[in-house]
Amino acid sequence: MKTIKAKKITEVVAKLCIKANCVLRADVLRKLKAAYVQEKNKKAKNALGSIIENAQVADREMLPICQDTGLAIAFVELGQQVRVEGNLKQAIHKGISLGYKKGSFRESIIKDPLKRGKSGYSGAIIHTDIVSGNKLKITVLPKGFGCENKSQLKMFNPTASQEEIKKFIIDTVKSIGADACPPYVVGVGIGGAADYASFLAKKALLNDLYYISTSELSRDLLKEINNLHIGPMGLGGKATCLAVNVETYPTHIAGLPVAVNISCHALRSATVIL
Amino acid sequence: MKIINTPLKEKDILGLKAGEEILLSGEIYTARDQAHKRISLALDKNGKLSFNIKNAVIYYCGPSKSPKKKIIGSCGPTTSSRMDKFTPLLLKAGLKGMIGKGSRSSEVREAIRKFKGVYLLAPAGCGALISKYVKKAQPVAYSDLGPEQILRLEVKDFPLIVGIDSRGGSIYD
Repeated sequence: MKTIKAKKITEVVAKLCIKANCVLRADVLRKLKAAYVQEKNKKAKNALGSIIENAQVADREMLPICQDTGLAIAFVELGQQVRVEGNLKQAIHKGISLGYKKGSFRESIIKDPLKRGKSGYSGAIIHTDIVSGNKLKITVLPKGFGCENKSQLKMFNPTASQEEIKKFIIDTVKSIGADACPPYVVGVGIGGAADYASFLAKKALLNDLYYISTSELSRDLLKEINNLHIGPMGLGGKATCLAVNVETYPTHIAGLPVAVNISCHALRSATVIL
Repeated sequence: MKIINTPLKEKDILGLKAGEEILLSGEIYTARDQAHKRISLALDKNGKLSFNIKNAVIYYCGPSKSPKKKIIGSCGPTTSSRMDKFTPLLLKAGLKGMIGKGSRSSEVREAIRKFKGVYLLAPAGCGALISKYVKKAQPVAYSDLGPEQILRLEVKDFPLIVGIDSRGGSIYD
């Protein structure tokens, strides 16, 4: 058994929030730089240049990469051999509030979705998975809502063709146009049930963009989405999408759920293993 | 690159063409979802606002908090289309310029043409970088809205692209 104190978890989560919001993921930055080198369209190239410069300013001055510091989503993998001294959930919530406060991040979360009212930091979403081993892995994904608003879920018939599924995903990106800050990263969840497909689509954004599934479906989707030529800021060019990651899971004989979760170019997440 | 100052003058607006890059300087006002709702209600009721909307420029932006010794936090544009249902009324009241990101509805495009306004695109997702163009930030109204309150920003050489021009021409055509 390994013991981890709740206080330690709070400290670590606070740091993760600051890192995720101010330091762009190395894989995302590398993809952006590669897109910049390949871009021939002058306006699109300039837009990519600004995006890269923005990441550098944010890192240097510890300013949030985007003013929308998102709804914090925590993915927790708790090893069965770990004993948390104190309250794990509370510790994570506290860490998120602390990190957001320290980072001077935006108070974007309202307590009641219908009554709205004053915004604050409370209301993070925590997904917990119990795994084997004696480690505690925590990832924080601050999800901006410009792109989250563009998520889609469709419950296909089980006899649907791969072409129909592809069309749904590509049409989702096409309908967004430049609204959600391209170049995008597209997370796709196929299978499970309605909730699990949506969860998988979001989880698909966490993988290193250089180590994601290279299935034919992923490759086709990336190619066809880039053929939309929306481009950075909607200015055309090659880079509409940096990566497509498809995650699958067993599903029911009567169904075929497909969920799409879009990330803007500021795909932010940070992970720690205790 | 063309340099444009606020408040916007008619001849400047008429000279802008979709796709053109400009540098904007002067005062602009932040306003997003909830502020638009309140502005619309006020315009419907008695037309009284806490800022002069005539020839003004609204920036669809809710900045992150200002860290110590900084004028403003990260302050990039938010998705413009969420403001579409309010925009024609604001243009009718005298608003001339809007800064945001992404496409607009056909109604907004028509209202921009009718009232001779302009829609400008800011570098999307570049809030840290944009904070460098802000020289002053002052609260103006609706402080209870927190990040959605209206601020008066003084900007210098804010790089923008004309999204929709006063003839209704659009960069996304």
